[in-house]
Amino acid sequence: MTNHWVDIKNTDLVLIMGGNAAEAHPCGFKWVTEAKAHRKARLIVVDPRFTRSAAVADYYAPIRAGSDIAFLGGLINYLLSNDKIHHQYVRDYTDMSYLVKDEFTFTDGIFSGYDPDKRKYDKATWGYQMGEDGFVKTDPSLQDPRCVYQLLRAHYARYTPELVERICGTPQEAFLKVAGMIAETAAPDRTMTVMYALGWTQHSQGSQMIRTGAMVQLLLGNIGVAGGGMNALRGHSNIQGLTDLGLLSNLLPGYMTLPGEAEKDFQAYLTKRSPKPLRPGQLSYWQNYPKFFVSTMKAWYGDAATPENNWCYDWLPKLDKTHDILQVFEDMNNGKMNGYFCQGFNPLASAPCKIKLSGALAKLKYLVVIDPLATETSEFWQNHGEYNDVDPTQIQTEVFRLPSSCFAEEDGSLVNSSRWLQWHWKGAEPPGEALNDQEIIAGIFLKLRAMYKKDGGAFPDPILNLTWRHKQPAHPAPDELAKEFSGRAIKDVTDLKDATKVLVKAGEQLNSFAELRDDGSTSCGCWIFAGAWSEKGNLMARRDNADPYGIGQNLNWSFAWPANRRVLYNRASCDADGAPFDPSRKLVGWDAAAGKWTGSDIPDFKPDSAPADGMGPFIMNPEGVARFFARDMMAEGPFPEHYEPMESPLANNPMHPDNPLARANPAARVFKGDWESFGSAAEFPYVATTYRLTEHFHTWSKHVRLNAIVQPEQFVEIGEELAAAKGITAGDHVRVRSKRGFIVAVAVVTKRLKTLTIDGRAVHTVGIPIHWGFKGVARNGYITNTLTPFVGDANTQTPEFKAFLVDIEKLPTRLQAKA
Amino acid sequence: MALQPLDITARSATTTPSPSARQGFEVAKLIDISKCIGCKACQVACMEWNDLRDEVGFNHGVYDNPMDLTDQSWTVMRFSEVEPNGHLEWLIRKDGCMHCADPGCLKACPAPGAIVKYGNGIVDFNQEHCIGCGYCITGCPFNIPRIAQKDGKAYKCTLCSDRVAVGLEPACVKTCPTGAITYGAKDDMVQHAAIRVRDLNERGFAKAGLYDPPGVGGTHVMYVLQHADQPGLYANLPADPQIDPLVSVWKGITKPLAIAAFAAVSLAGLFHYITKGPNEVSKETEKEVE
Repeated sequence: MTNHWVDIKNTDLVLIMGGNAAEAHPCGFKWVTEAKAHRKARLIVVDPRFTRSAAVADYYAPIRAGSDIAFLGGLINYLLSNDKIHHQYVRDYTDMSYLVKDEFTFTDGIFSGYDPDKRKYDKATWGYQMGEDGFVKTDPSLQDPRCVYQLLRAHYARYTPELVERICGTPQEAFLKVAGMIAETAAPDRTMTVMYALGWTQHSQGSQMIRTGAMVQLLLGNIGVAGGGMNALRGHSNIQGLTDLGLLSNLLPGYMTLPGEAEKDFQAYLTKRSPKPLRPGQLSYWQNYPKFFVSTMKAWYGDAATPENNWCYDWLPKLDKTHDILQVFEDMNNGKMNGYFCQGFNPLASAPCKIKLSGALAKLKYLVVIDPLATETSEFWQNHGEYNDVDPTQIQTEVFRLPSSCFAEEDGSLVNSSRWLQWHWKGAEPPGEALNDQEIIAGIFLKLRAMYKKDGGAFPDPILNLTWRHKQPAHPAPDELAKEFSGRAIKDVTDLKDATKVLVKAGEQLNSFAELRDDGSTSCGCWIFAGAWSEKGNLMARRDNADPYGIGQNLNWSFAWPANRRVLYNRASCDADGAPFDPSRKLVGWDAAAGKWTGSDIPDFKPDSAPADGMGPFIMNPEGVARFFARDMMAEGPFPEHYEPMESPLANNPMHPDNPLARANPAARVFKGDWESFGSAAEFPYVATTYRLTEHFHTWSKHVRLNAIVQPEQFVEIGEELAAAKGITAGDHVRVRSKRGFIVAVAVVTKRLKTLTIDGRAVHTVGIPIHWGFKGVARNGYITNTLTPFVGDANTQTPEFKAFLVDIEKLPTRLQAKA
Repeated sequence: MALQPLDITARSATTTPSPSARQGFEVAKLIDISKCIGCKACQVACMEWNDLRDEVGFNHGVYDNPMDLTDQSWTVMRFSEVEPNGHLEWLIRKDGCMHCADPGCLKACPAPGAIVKYGNGIVDFNQEHCIGCGYCITGCPFNIPRIAQKDGKAYKCTLCSDRVAVGLEPACVKTCPTGAITYGAKDDMVQHAAIRVRDLNERGFAKAGLYDPPGVGGTHVMYVLQHADQPGLYANLPADPQIDPLVSVWKGITKPLAIAAFAAVSLAGLFHYITKGPNEVSKETEKEVE
């Protein structure tokens, strides 16, 4: 979230799209009801299904799964054509005036530099025109045909309401109603919040869907303001913390990135990640990257990390490619992996295309599963009848199940969607021989280290030199780990402007990442978490809900990264002179007398930079402003374009009917052999989408009797028209097939799934909840991801769970006797 | 002496008057259907607090589950897909005991003290006095009580009378994530409902209103409805619930008559005893029995 849960109460309009907050985030959803109650906020839901969120919405508009960019592109066009934009904001805080290289083109759905064989772009032309002064050329009049504004306008002019209806199936009347409501928030004293989740991320063009949403918000001036923002609702209690701490294969803690295999040179690695400002007077905060990086390496390797050995840079793995979940299972399936550690993860149920996953796991020599529950993955080798019909005699994988504690059985911090690190306390002892995760990992590490010590090995240094500052080496304590990621001074840290002034004494905990140094005098495991455990104590454990400004800025409740800041980009809530656009919802403002920014939040800005300095509010960008034109940062282009899902009911992309290359995302990675696993509309005519239900949490809660009671058995949802056509009545058992397999479930027949008219023909949607499997106390069921395609977003490789093709048929008799 | 909020004001099959010296206030639970997302957290909280565990059932082609109230499910969500104004609405009603001011169950109950009404308005079942006759079901205009197979006793929502007695809100109220269920003094809840109705009016629900049906003297569980003119849209919520006339007849006319008849028979027996002496079984008869 750029903003936070409580802040949603400050909004005038809530757009839930690419998510279903009431269903999947019922507790957080309370802030929507607060906004409705106290600000008379309106709620719009745009979704393929009339969801639980839609049940309490003021307006609902249907949309075909996977067509969101067309809808959002239509909104951009509407706002530009009807001049419903926040002019001051767009002029001062975005890249609209920047000039783009002449060589950058967009022809029939494909941007310049495309290599169809590699399915990749050479992004050399996706950049700015640079002046001789080393800065980007601009045209503040916005008349230059190469300025971002003109390119953007031309790009989205094609997204007319007619086209939106044709691609999305959203009736024009409904689209225009939504657009009109959203357009009202272009006023400086009106805001909209966008709440999205995996309904946007889990598409082959998911990242671009989110970007398009963010572009709408930028046009309206709704980023960085109270009650605004792009708010990703994280679906797992610590998934935010997972990405923050860099657990993705290509990340280091705090959104630093691992070097690629070509990056042998340490200085070049740092330089590339410390961009110089692209406009005069801009902060370009990532220039501090070396401080963050060196401090992380000191946290990992302590005294072994020295300037002479480039702080152990050479010990870091150098990536040949990202090793995301799809790549890992592809490699496993190709016999390139011997073993797999599966910690707090049930990939057999949670990754796409079960048949491929199951085959891949069977090729391992060993599989280690660390989990509180007996997951399907840990029993992938066992025959569970129709639900997991495998032959154990043909599977040689040795499976080790290491029972771990669950979150309620340990102390520690969880990072929520609001970026709050909230400390929690153990509620019960873990059962049986379960250990918590850090104890399990410590046990493995200590054993490995002892073996390396005794026997040597090809590359012992990173193991032997890893810091392990734990009073009980086999039992790393949560507070020790938290202090490590928060950071401490190794030597006295002095003021950069006054070397005689000691900010933090050697050995003390740091207050913030501003105190990090690149000379080895600081240690910090995750720079964005710096200060969470300072000399003042564990700030994550704070539970003071005082709200002095009355807009839900509870600065003494837990600790928000970065720097306890609650709303990111909050400088953008003020005009160029530093006065809030909406004084009634003031986050920060320039206090000329004090010579600094003050307000209800921690300024996301250089605290003493006067408005006259001209520094832009988006300090992490070297431009200092927000980008409509993404330069070379996205895989499939600087402007989001609608492409069809990898499996689509349409033969062509209606945007580019004559260019097969532009049918689906041209930059989406498809592994050899997987093309054949994609189905066609002729064979699989219905659009399927998968999702969660309130009653369950992923594949966990089917192990819990109370959850099983309130939603006991697997079902799929279909509309009344499809049901009638197929002779299906509510309660019948149906078989749902994709090119990759089938599931059997009970049919829920509903008015909430409407037949959509797409490009002139009727398209039906089949809704498929994800929760069932062959373990637990709920009724056994099929793993939903039997059906889903093995392809992901071109940038993140997040699997395309939300839009694919299936067929459905009624089964003649019920497979199970009903009570 | 009972805790003040639980002072009994009415007791089934009892003619002696209830204590009435103390003056408490009536409570109510207000369920705002326009805020309900059907998450079923209230169902789970009810089972957790009351130590109930219903069967792991089946899906019957709808979101509802369990499908009906049982001795283990004292509240269930009822999902209705309706199109009252041409627009689809998914109305989700939390069903359970309404805690009527004039409780038909209590009126119908023949077991002394099996059903009581407290001064705060809560209608509670005392299962140790329950004879399992099922008259409470007949008496209830909302079809709420259920007889357990296990012990033959009737069960229903207690409005968490145990929690309320010590100043806590009912478990469902505490757990509701959207604030769709609120609890407090009935007067306050009526006032809160008025604010909610105004908000709904502004959002285009001209007929929004409070459901507090007078036919049962009002209830201590009330609904805010978007369509107060059509309660039937909400999984057949009765428009004008009344106590079954048979129950009224039983309580109003028949019961005194029956009591009179019962008394007459008893008196006749006594008279017989006094005039004729005790019935004596002859030796012959005893032998025959043996």
